[in-house]
Amino acid sequence: METTTLIGQLPEVTAAGVAIKAILILAIISAIAGFGTYLERKVLAFMQRRLGPTHVGPYGLLQIAADGIKLFTKEDIVPQHANSLIFKVAPVITAATAFIALAGVPVFPDFTIPEFVPVLGGTFVPSIASDVNVGILFVIGMMAAGLYGPLLAGMAQANKWGIIGAARTAIQFLSYEVVTGLSLLAPIMLVGSLSLIDFNEAQSGGFTSWFIWQQPVAFVLFLIAGFAETNRTPFDLLEHEAEVISGYATEYSGMRWGMFFIGEYANMITISILAAVVFLGGYNDFGFIAGWIMILLKVAFFFFLMLWVRAAWPHVRPDQLMWLCWKVLMPIAVINVVVTGIVMMV
Amino acid sequence: MGLEQFKNRNVGTQEYRVLDLQESPKTPMAKFVQVAKRTFKGELFVGLGVTVREMFNALFRGQMHTVKYPLEKLPISPRYRAIHEMLRLLESGHYRCIGCGLCEKICISNCITMETRYDENQRKEVSEYTINFGRCIFCGYCAEVCPELAIVHGPRYETASEQRASFSLFEDMLTPIDKLSLQQEYDGFGSVSPNADENIKKTPLAY
Repeated sequence: METTTLIGQLPEVTAAGVAIKAILILAIISAIAGFGTYLERKVLAFMQRRLGPTHVGPYGLLQIAADGIKLFTKEDIVPQHANSLIFKVAPVITAATAFIALAGVPVFPDFTIPEFVPVLGGTFVPSIASDVNVGILFVIGMMAAGLYGPLLAGMAQANKWGIIGAARTAIQFLSYEVVTGLSLLAPIMLVGSLSLIDFNEAQSGGFTSWFIWQQPVAFVLFLIAGFAETNRTPFDLLEHEAEVISGYATEYSGMRWGMFFIGEYANMITISILAAVVFLGGYNDFGFIAGWIMILLKVAFFFFLMLWVRAAWPHVRPDQLMWLCWKVLMPIAVINVVVTGIVMMV
Repeated sequence: MGLEQFKNRNVGTQEYRVLDLQESPKTPMAKFVQVAKRTFKGELFVGLGVTVREMFNALFRGQMHTVKYPLEKLPISPRYRAIHEMLRLLESGHYRCIGCGLCEKICISNCITMETRYDENQRKEVSEYTINFGRCIFCGYCAEVCPELAIVHGPRYETASEQRASFSLFEDMLTPIDKLSLQQEYDGFGSVSPNADENIKKTPLAY
């Protein structure tokens, strides 16, 4: 029971701590999102027996910097007949909601800034930027609000591929929000709380207390819906090059385009953290491995899984996606919730 | 594997097999059973396994397929037809060309220009020899027709130049005299075939 009382011993969270945390999340996750593009290229290349980026810096590591320079210096084009305001706002929505969602999940371990630091010494920086008691609902809601980004972008750019991309955004995200919510409902019933810290504590009893063993169906459903929500293969209908050029991002260039992808990679990290915290024991210590290493390992695994799946599987048609969501996954999710409820009552 | 199986255009005699495609399910129950079977068959994980196996093969067993082109190059076939080379006789070091003019005559894009004269020993000597590589289509006729294996195609396939038509002079294509020991015999068009000895027959004197 040591871990449950630990929360009470933590120092008070101050506004300064939250502000520092917010800056940390913005800076580090943006960097990781950039690094994610490098990882994706490398892993996909290895799986196809290619080398991937090799020339810029050691092992191609500075490719991110080269891409960043390219994105920032590219001409910023707003098409003539596009709705200029919405066109410019849409990428901001995607990037902003992705980072707001990250405010509700535990991202890095908490720490206290040492006393010798001049102004901020002694400030406690929490693990979660804002530990709201509806944490999981907030995160899911923010990720759902993120669908306005591709939707508005596609509709504002006066481009037929954009319109198709926007329509696909609507059907895909609206469909899969349902599955995400319903699949998370069963673990929420078991824990009896929406706070991610409560989820973490409920799984503090070691390997066997992970919710993946009690809720395997919900885990699989959440994973599938997570792939759809982060717009990853096999559900990358929004901007599938072979079909709709680049979908909602067709007319975008430079950093506006880059913001969509920072948002997408931040969403991948959010979904990975959610899956790790809700189903795979969160940031509890695992044997001799410290908790913060464990959560990093789990998030890295889910990130790798997304790249792995992209290398291995083809993507589905829009009608197959709708069929899978409404006729297969949603009934299973509802049955899972009902069965969980019955088991809890008995 | 030989080329014979690809050259066989006789469709009727080849062994074709019909794929074992099952009929599409008709009733809702049959559809459900098919979905369930496909879902739990684990084929998706076979796909995942294949990709991760290829990744390990590429990373740890040296099966990476990338050729870092300017740094490493794949070997090309001896029959490849790239920029021409003029060979020398190995014994004397004199160029092999006898100035017969066959290559100039046969060149279908008219890119070979040569002038010859008699030298002091009444032997044909090449005074001018140029190939206009802006026009050359690398058909290989010149190498094929050459009776002395003097003009051949070399392995130099990187032919980008600043000008569209770049002329090459005889001296540019001729093997440098100090590199004579490195001169490679040509295996491509017009060279002596490996079984040339078997093909030699007595000239029939009857006609």
